[in-house]
Amino acid sequence: MEENQLLEKFQEKVDAEIKVEPKDWMPEKYRKTLIRQISQHAHSEVVGMLPEANWLTRAPSLRRKMILLAKIQDEAGHGLYLYSAAETLGVDRQELVEELLSGKAKYSSIFNYPTLTWADIGAVGWLVDGAAIMNQVMLTRTSYGPYSRAMVRICKEESFHQRQGFEIVATLAKGTPEQKEMAQDALNRWWWPSLMMFGPRDDNSPNTAQSMKWKIKRKTNDELREEFIDRTVQQAEAIGLTVPDKDLKWNEERGHYDHGEINWDEFYNVIQGNGPCNQERMKARRDAYDNGRWVREAAKAYAAKRAAKAA
Amino acid sequence: MNLNEAKLQFVTSQGDDALILSHRVTEWCGHGPELEEDIALSNIGLDLLGQAQSLLNYAGELEGKGRNADDMAYKRIEREFKNLLLVEQPNGNYADTIAKHFFYDVYHYFLLLDLKNSSDEFLRGFAEKSIKEVAYHLRHTSQWVIRFGDGTEESHEKIQTAINQIWKYTGEMFMKDEISDFLEKEGVIPNIDALKAKWEGKVREVLNESTLKYPETTFMAKGGRDGIHSENLGYMLTDMQYLVRTYPDAKWD
Repeated sequence: MEENQLLEKFQEKVDAEIKVEPKDWMPEKYRKTLIRQISQHAHSEVVGMLPEANWLTRAPSLRRKMILLAKIQDEAGHGLYLYSAAETLGVDRQELVEELLSGKAKYSSIFNYPTLTWADIGAVGWLVDGAAIMNQVMLTRTSYGPYSRAMVRICKEESFHQRQGFEIVATLAKGTPEQKEMAQDALNRWWWPSLMMFGPRDDNSPNTAQSMKWKIKRKTNDELREEFIDRTVQQAEAIGLTVPDKDLKWNEERGHYDHGEINWDEFYNVIQGNGPCNQERMKARRDAYDNGRWVREAAKAYAAKRAAKAA
Repeated sequence: MNLNEAKLQFVTSQGDDALILSHRVTEWCGHGPELEEDIALSNIGLDLLGQAQSLLNYAGELEGKGRNADDMAYKRIEREFKNLLLVEQPNGNYADTIAKHFFYDVYHYFLLLDLKNSSDEFLRGFAEKSIKEVAYHLRHTSQWVIRFGDGTEESHEKIQTAINQIWKYTGEMFMKDEISDFLEKEGVIPNIDALKAKWEGKVREVLNESTLKYPETTFMAKGGRDGIHSENLGYMLTDMQYLVRTYPDAKWD
């Protein structure tokens, strides 16, 4: 079959909501887009462990510490499922990890922000996981089968993460004056970076149209961002915190909040490596990889010896 | 000696072992040699934290001053902690961590196996539940000792060095005093010499399979069980207790 006929068939299948599976024909650009997107997502899970692990030894009660450790463990697990989903597209995890370490592959910029107080652990769950869920719920319906199925599993755990984060912030908001201040300060610092997680504005997002056509994405960046704002502003009000946007106003006609402009210079700066913790996060991942090399080699050598003995 | 007080000493020391070791485990989080190991270590850390919570709650009950596990973890000072020196040792490289856990896991496993028959009802139930978790911990660390010992030259050398270095902290697990004698007589804990023999047997078996040498050194450090720790513990507690001490009126749930 000719390339354009295959392409046409592919589009018909996507339009008919039939999932694309690993062995099916797919346009090269579809495969590449998915590899990039799924691996970025996997890297984000893994790098995302770091800002939260930063507070593990300082968690203020045994219960909080257990919940946080369980949450970070889930993230490592999500990283694994996502690397596996990417591997169905004909790449291997090793390659993808090396792309992360060389700086060629990206991860979510939000993890380049520091967790400075315990309230930040709440804010990461509430806002960062809350923003991620908007995207991930959409992705449970993405056209690529393995990605969509990985997302169904991940979403179940993410909603627990978001709730525990909100619960931390809510507990602080009704605590002592210092605790409330800590909660408000965390919201002030994490609000705008969380909005940036949805990516550039639709009028400045060149890949969106193709991704929507192939049903990799089903909502635009601005649509998802708006859903997030509508939901989160109400949650903040419920616990007596103020969203740090003086232009935030309910728009009766649109049925959504209008909000102030995002600082896009900051957004591009952090992507380019100038965020507060870009270097630290990459160093931590590289060190883990380098220091773990002899461990992985030992495991391989031992397995080979065992296999040789068995043969 | 009062049975309640003796139990309090023992239960606190066991709770502190689990708590302090879990603290070290959390320091690895996000920095493990492989994603699979990050997951395995988190599992172990969660088990240990859960065990610490049960034991320290029980210690609070035995003490009878209305303290719970969080009070025990967050409001005692260094000298009141009774954990082994072994578990507070820094993580070092992955071989150091594995060697530390392996020696503790063997002890922990055989101790719990015997505690299933303790005269103390709480400890019986606790051991019944925890033994499954600890059987996994022991499986995990012995497999790594074997892989390292019989893996590459580099891994062999690293694990042998780690074992030799941490060896002097293993004796404290089997030190006897009047409390342990009394608890043994009361059927609360097993005979320490018998426990030590089982530990040595298992350690020899695993080291043998790993082509590693059983250390000859006989000098053993002690102090942890009496609250005389290494310099490490103070830093760990400073981290752990920072929020609770900075905001004494705050509740964190």
